[in-house]
Amino acid sequence: MSEHELQAIFDRKIENEVKIEPKDWMPDAYRKNVLRQMSQHAHSEIVGMLPEGNWITRAPSLRRKVALLAKIQDEAGHGLYLYSAAETLGTDRERIVLDLLEGKAKYSSIFNYPALTWADIGAVGWLVDGAAIVNQIMLQKTSYGPYSRAMIRICKEESFHQRQGYEILLTLCRGTEEQKAMAQDALNRFWWPSLMMFGPSDKDSPHSAQSMAWKVKRMGNDELRQKFIDQTVKQADFLGLTLPDPDLKWNEEKGQYDWGQIDWEEFYNVIKGNGPCNKERLAARQKAYDNGAWVRDAATAYAKKRAERKNKEAA
Amino acid sequence: MEKKQALFNYLLRLADNSAILGHKLSEWCGHGPELEEDIAIINTALDLLGHSRSLYTYAGEVEGKGKTEDDLAFLRIEREYKNALITELPNGHYGDTIARQYLFDQFNYLLFIELEKSSDETVAAIAAKAIKEIRYHLRRSIEWTLRLGDGTEESHAKIQEAFDDVWAYTGDLFVQDDSDLVIIAEGIGPDLKAIQPIWREKVKATLAEATLLIPEDGWMHSGSKQGRHTEHMGHILSELQYMQRTYPGCEW
Repeated sequence: MSEHELQAIFDRKIENEVKIEPKDWMPDAYRKNVLRQMSQHAHSEIVGMLPEGNWITRAPSLRRKVALLAKIQDEAGHGLYLYSAAETLGTDRERIVLDLLEGKAKYSSIFNYPALTWADIGAVGWLVDGAAIVNQIMLQKTSYGPYSRAMIRICKEESFHQRQGYEILLTLCRGTEEQKAMAQDALNRFWWPSLMMFGPSDKDSPHSAQSMAWKVKRMGNDELRQKFIDQTVKQADFLGLTLPDPDLKWNEEKGQYDWGQIDWEEFYNVIKGNGPCNKERLAARQKAYDNGAWVRDAATAYAKKRAERKNKEAA
Repeated sequence: MEKKQALFNYLLRLADNSAILGHKLSEWCGHGPELEEDIAIINTALDLLGHSRSLYTYAGEVEGKGKTEDDLAFLRIEREYKNALITELPNGHYGDTIARQYLFDQFNYLLFIELEKSSDETVAAIAAKAIKEIRYHLRRSIEWTLRLGDGTEESHAKIQEAFDDVWAYTGDLFVQDDSDLVIIAEGIGPDLKAIQPIWREKVKATLAEATLLIPEDGWMHSGSKQGRHTEHMGHILSELQYMQRTYPGCEW
C-alpha cells in the first residue's frame, strides 16, 4: 500500500473515532507527538513523587502517613503503566527515561514548586490532582488506544487522591487558627501554578492545533482551565478559604467565572529551568539512576546466570 | 512483673520494630534503583506500618490509659522506644538496605509464625494477618540477597560488606529481659533463644546460596530493650515527631 493510501486509512480512523493501535500505520509526526505527550505524562508521575515524598517521614499521623505512601505508590504505578504504554510507540523505557535526565523531555512544571508544609500535601492532592483529572478525563477519549486505556485506569485512582487531598485541607480548616492559616497559605502558593498546568493559551501553544486535529487532545487548554476553575471555586468556598485572585467573579451571562491574569513570565521561566526546585528534582532522578546502576547490573547478571544454569540442567 | 505490664512492653517492641523500619524504608520512596523497586519497597513499608498500627492500638488497650496509636507512635521520648537497633540503622546503599532487611525479615518471620500460636487471641490474630505479608517480605529480601550476592563482582563485594557491617546488630534481636520471661511463661510469645539457632541456620543457607560468607559472631551491640539507641534514633524521631511536637493536640 502506498503511503498515500495508508494516510487515508489513518485519517478515516481518526474521523470515525476508531482508536489507533500500536501495529497500525501512523504518520511519523503523530507517533512523535503522542510519544512526547505520554512520556511527559509518565515523567510527571515519577517526578511528582518527590515533593510529596518529602513529607512521608513527617506526616502528622499514622493514618495520613500510610495514605500518603499509598498515594505515591499509585503514582509510581501510573508511571510504570504509562512508560509501558509509551513503549508501544517503538521507543524503549531506558531511552525515554534518559531523555528526561538529559533534559530533552519535560515533566509538568508544577512539580518544580516545593512542598513546604503539611497543608501542601492537601493542596497538591486537591488542586494538582484535580487539574490533572480534568485533563485526563478528556484524554480518556484520546485517539491513541494504549494511551486512552491507560487514562481510563488512572483516572479512577486520581479521583480518590483528589478527595484525600481535599479531606486533608478540610480537617485543617476545621482545626485551629494555625492549621487554617497553613491551609490558606498552601492555597495561595499552589493556585496559580495549578492553573498553569493546563499550559499556555491555545493561541500560544505550539502543539495544540495539531493535537486537536489528530484528536490526541479533545479540548483546548483554555477550555480545560475554565472547567477546572468553575468546579474548584465552590470547593474552596466550602473549605472557607479564599482563592488568591481579586478578579474572580461569577459571570451570569457566560455562566462561568471571570478571573485574573496568569503570570506567564513565571510559567516560561519555570519551564526554562528557573523554578524553585527544577535543579533538585532532576538531580534526585539522576542520583537514583546513577546509584541504582550497579543494582540493575547485578539483577541482569544474576538472571543471566540463572538462565544458563537452568539450560545446563535441562541439557 | 505482672502480665499486663509485660504484654504492654512486648507489644511496644513489636510495634516499634515495624514502625521504625517502615519509616526507614519509606525514605527510599522516589529514590530506588528501579521504578519496580520503588513500588516494592513502598509496599513493604506500608505493610510494616500497618502492622505497627494494629500493635500500637492493642498496646493502648492493654495499657488502659486511653492512648491511641498516634499517642504511642509519636509522643514518647527516645528511651521509651524499644525497637531493635538494626531497624534504625541508616539505609546506606541498596545493598545495605537489603542486608538489614533480610536479617530482620528472617527474624520477623520466625517470630511471627510463633506468634500466630499465641495464647493471647489478639496477638494471634494480628500475627495471622501479618505473617502473609512478612512471608512475602522474606521471599523478596532473599531474592535480592541472591541477586546481589551472585550478581556482579561489584555487587558481591558490596553486599558482603553490608552483611559484615550490620552483623554486630543482630545479637540485639535475641536479647531477652524480664518482660520476655513473663511472655514466654504465659505462652504469649516464643523463647527467642530457641529461635536464634534456627535463624542462624536459615541465614547461613541463604548467604551460602548467594555465594556469601556468614560473618563471624563477635562482639554484639545491645540495649534496645532498655531504650538505649544508636545516634541515628534521635534524628528519626525529630522527623517523625515534628508535626505532633510543633502543633500539640491537633487533629490531622
